Amino acid sequence: MKKNFFIIIFFIFFSFILPNKSHAYSSDPKQFIAEIVAEAKEILVETNSQEFKTKKLTEMALKIVDIKGIGYYTLGSYRKELSDDQKEEYSILFEQYFLKSFTSRLTDYSDPKIDVLGVEVLNPKYTIVKSLLLATNKKPAVKIDWRVYTKNPDKPLIRDIIIEGLSLARTQKEEFASVIESNNGDITKLFITLKEFVKK
Amino acid sequence: MVRKIIYISIFTFWLQTSLAIAGTTGSEELKDTSSQSATEECFEGFSRAMFELNYDLDRIIFQPVAKGYRALPAPIRKGTGNAINNLRSLLTLSNNILQGEFGRAGNNAARFGINSTAGILGIFDPASKLGFEDQGKEDFGQTIGVWGADSGCYFVLPIIGPTTARDAIGLVGNIFLDPVYHVTHNSEIHNGLVGNDNYSEHSYYYYRGTGAVDFRSKNIESFDSLERNAIDLYASVKSLYIQERNKKIANAQSLVGTQDASDWEEIDTN
Repeated sequence: MKKNFFIIIFFIFFSFILPNKSHAYSSDPKQFIAEIVAEAKEILVETNSQEFKTKKLTEMALKIVDIKGIGYYTLGSYRKELSDDQKEEYSILFEQYFLKSFTSRLTDYSDPKIDVLGVEVLNPKYTIVKSLLLATNKKPAVKIDWRVYTKNPDKPLIRDIIIEGLSLARTQKEEFASVIESNNGDITKLFITLKEFVKK
Repeated sequence: MVRKIIYISIFTFWLQTSLAIAGTTGSEELKDTSSQSATEECFEGFSRAMFELNYDLDRIIFQPVAKGYRALPAPIRKGTGNAINNLRSLLTLSNNILQGEFGRAGNNAARFGINSTAGILGIFDPASKLGFEDQGKEDFGQTIGVWGADSGCYFVLPIIGPTTARDAIGLVGNIFLDPVYHVTHNSEIHNGLVGNDNYSEHSYYYYRGTGAVDFRSKNIESFDSLERNAIDLYASVKSLYIQERNKKIANAQSLVGTQDASDWEEIDTN
């Protein structure tokens, strides 16, 4: 009886904790970025295991980044040419590509020190959060702006990271366009390239 | 030398006009389907070959030199970077004036005066502490961009790297506008133009080379990361180059001020 009581208490406790965990981030864009910067730093300093870092950063990215939105943006007007099946295939491939690229870029930093400086509200859908990656002995300070999608004000999502004024999403978009154009507009060649990138 | 400059100017002018020609031929179809701000290629095959060449040169020469440079103590690297930036600010000053940015010109003149004297030939940067912050570099390519010139088509030069028709003209213009070039280049003395017998012509190339090594050493990880995560490195570098130039011409701190973000607007996923 006592054991059952503890099991019930355990489930009640986690029934409150778990939903909160999935909405753990602040709805204020500046605070949201401050929280994910702190979480990423915690992951990066916690261990030297690349596998562990990649796993944790992947879990984090799935919660805080609008990967599907970035995928469509990256494809540009080519997305209008996709069939429903191709859209589905592209979304899966892009997510794999994005997560690999995202975690690879972040694991380059062992102990990043980022100050969140301020915000610029562009419109009800977008807010830019400004931050600064502090200088080290080897590298100069780097300005990092985050394009936060705020259409759902309770659940902000990152759509772009702008490093020293250079947009990663735009760079990716122009890269994808180049791959498609150099293959005479054949979008399936992009799919093959993405598969190769994910495998390597 | 003057003849060489005239030839280069004519060549780059031709490159700039080729953008208009490209826009009326087979690239129309691509324009419809590609990124709205994509800059046309002048001759992509040649550029990709030059990109490969530069990439190999970087791996064999520039990157190892940059890594060696980074092994120097941080104060030496910082002092070297400061001194190079101090000399470079003279070209920025000339372009500030041509762009009508007299406030920035005054700021740069003050920085140069303070850092060259109190900062011991620019090794230290006391000007920043006195409120004369570095406001970024300018060159003649940016100046003609501010005057309204379109970027023209994009291509890659051996060793120099990515450029556009406008920026190639800018490279020629920089030679006329850079006081460091005129002081160090004594080859023109015999023509009665400019120069200074006290300095070797090579001094200018040492100065530019050191600046390049300093820049490369600050970006070793960034370049590696870019390479590792690119599915088309040539296209990535092109995109970053064009974004950087647009940002500099607009004197903007971020993309928000320089690029039309309307292509984000039609993406709704939540």
